[in-house]
Amino acid sequence: MADIQSPVPGTFYHRPSPEDAVFKSEGDSVAVGDTIGLVEVMKSFIEVQAEEAGTFAGYAVENEAAVSAGDVLATLK
Amino acid sequence: MSIQRLFIANRGEIAVRIVRAAKSLGIHTIQAHSEADADMLAVRMADEAVCIGPPQAAKSYLDIEAVVKAARDAGADAVHPGYGFLAESPAFARAVTEAGMIFVGPSADTIQSMGDKVSARQAAGAAGVPVVPGSDGRVDDMDVAARLASDIGFPVMIKASAGGGGRGIRIAETAEDLSKLAPQARQEAQAAFGDGGIYIEKVIRQPRHIEVQILGDGTRAVHCFERECSLQRRRQKVWEEAPAFDLPEATRQAMCKSAVDLAEAVGYRGAGTVEYLYDQQADAYYFIEMNTRIQVEHPVTEMITGLDLVALMIRVAGGEPLPLVQDDIHLTGHAIEVRLNAEDPHKKFMPFPGKVGALDLPESDGVRVDHFLYEGYQIPPFYDSLIGKLIVHGDTREQAIDKMQSALDGIKIDGLKTTIPLHKALARSDDVRAGRIHTQWLEPWLDAGNLNDQTGGAS
Repeated sequence: MADIQSPVPGTFYHRPSPEDAVFKSEGDSVAVGDTIGLVEVMKSFIEVQAEEAGTFAGYAVENEAAVSAGDVLATLK
Repeated sequence: MSIQRLFIANRGEIAVRIVRAAKSLGIHTIQAHSEADADMLAVRMADEAVCIGPPQAAKSYLDIEAVVKAARDAGADAVHPGYGFLAESPAFARAVTEAGMIFVGPSADTIQSMGDKVSARQAAGAAGVPVVPGSDGRVDDMDVAARLASDIGFPVMIKASAGGGGRGIRIAETAEDLSKLAPQARQEAQAAFGDGGIYIEKVIRQPRHIEVQILGDGTRAVHCFERECSLQRRRQKVWEEAPAFDLPEATRQAMCKSAVDLAEAVGYRGAGTVEYLYDQQADAYYFIEMNTRIQVEHPVTEMITGLDLVALMIRVAGGEPLPLVQDDIHLTGHAIEVRLNAEDPHKKFMPFPGKVGALDLPESDGVRVDHFLYEGYQIPPFYDSLIGKLIVHGDTREQAIDKMQSALDGIKIDGLKTTIPLHKALARSDDVRAGRIHTQWLEPWLDAGNLNDQTGGAS
């Protein structure tokens, strides 16, 4: 198990845009540097990238949730 | 019917500014806030505060129904929208009015017609305000395009009617270029947008951005001179001045008069801004758009005229006729405003929503800071990065820049990364001092590494 944390505070998004598919679904393989979500901070979008490889276990917070820096956004198994 | 209870449907520094202006008029203030803004400065200053929803702007400051309901439930008789958020939403202005309250701004119809590029351009043309010469809509006949281009004068820009965001723009320097590039542009627009429509427009090289502040009461309008906002990054203004520098007096008068003409032609009520592109070489100006709200950079106009624009827009909204005529408004000295953003200019302007540490804001004769900071305040990440504005006034532009430089040296905002280093570098720049700037100047200057160059950069 590994946690992916938010680098900045803001609003977390599971998708690149509302029309697109989620970045990752449960069971997807995740490589180092893969983008798993976006955090909107002060109208800028920051990509959240995996720092370890693994298998995606799921998002830990809802799409469009307000998050703090360090909050767990997703987990790998 | 004057306003008794004002609901402020905004946040940050402009909310503080509106609370101050309303209090100076003896008006009871009701401050709206999201769940993330319960401890912001305007909430502490206002007579009352009301939570209007979750942190995300779409669920609070942009939710028309929630805002109107909160204002009505609080017994407000007027709503001030500030800038941004719902300030230029005709639907919001209409909803406020239909709920029996005053919208502090022009009518929903005026907002709508000025918010639409085509109808705004038509209104400007009808009021005799020069617009950027162009085809006024799509051209399908290439002979017509060639004739138009030679009337307008080269270079011309070819744009896709269906496009946006600068995609597919081509510049034709000559008639020969046009005959080659126009069909290409049509083909590309057809492939990209399913519509091969193009239009052409005069190219204005290295334009300056000059805008005129107006005030209207629905019948009569006055101008409060112009502002120069040519220093922009990603189309965001970073440093603004009043008046514009080296502007021929006849041009200033014509620009200001055409802004008043437009405001009166549309029966404008409130504070508004008519924006122009200025072609310095040709000494020609062209209407771009009208902003139907108070603007971020309004303090520079207040510094050179001594007027309180926010108080005036509230009084006019309450039904008072404009309390001044044009001859009452005088231009004194030169003012400069810089935008203080919580961003790290050395890291590609990455946002920095930190906690405010020790604060030292130099406010004295001719130095003003509009802000919403206090020590220990945690800046929320959900909104834009503007945390304040530093404004100075001097007798001349030279003196104002000197004053800005020392104010920037004296200001201290601990705990955050801010754009202060950018403004220090700008104040040192020879190009800025000499006025060799235009709207496309700042980004290449940054790309060339001038932010890190303590000498102010080559020019």
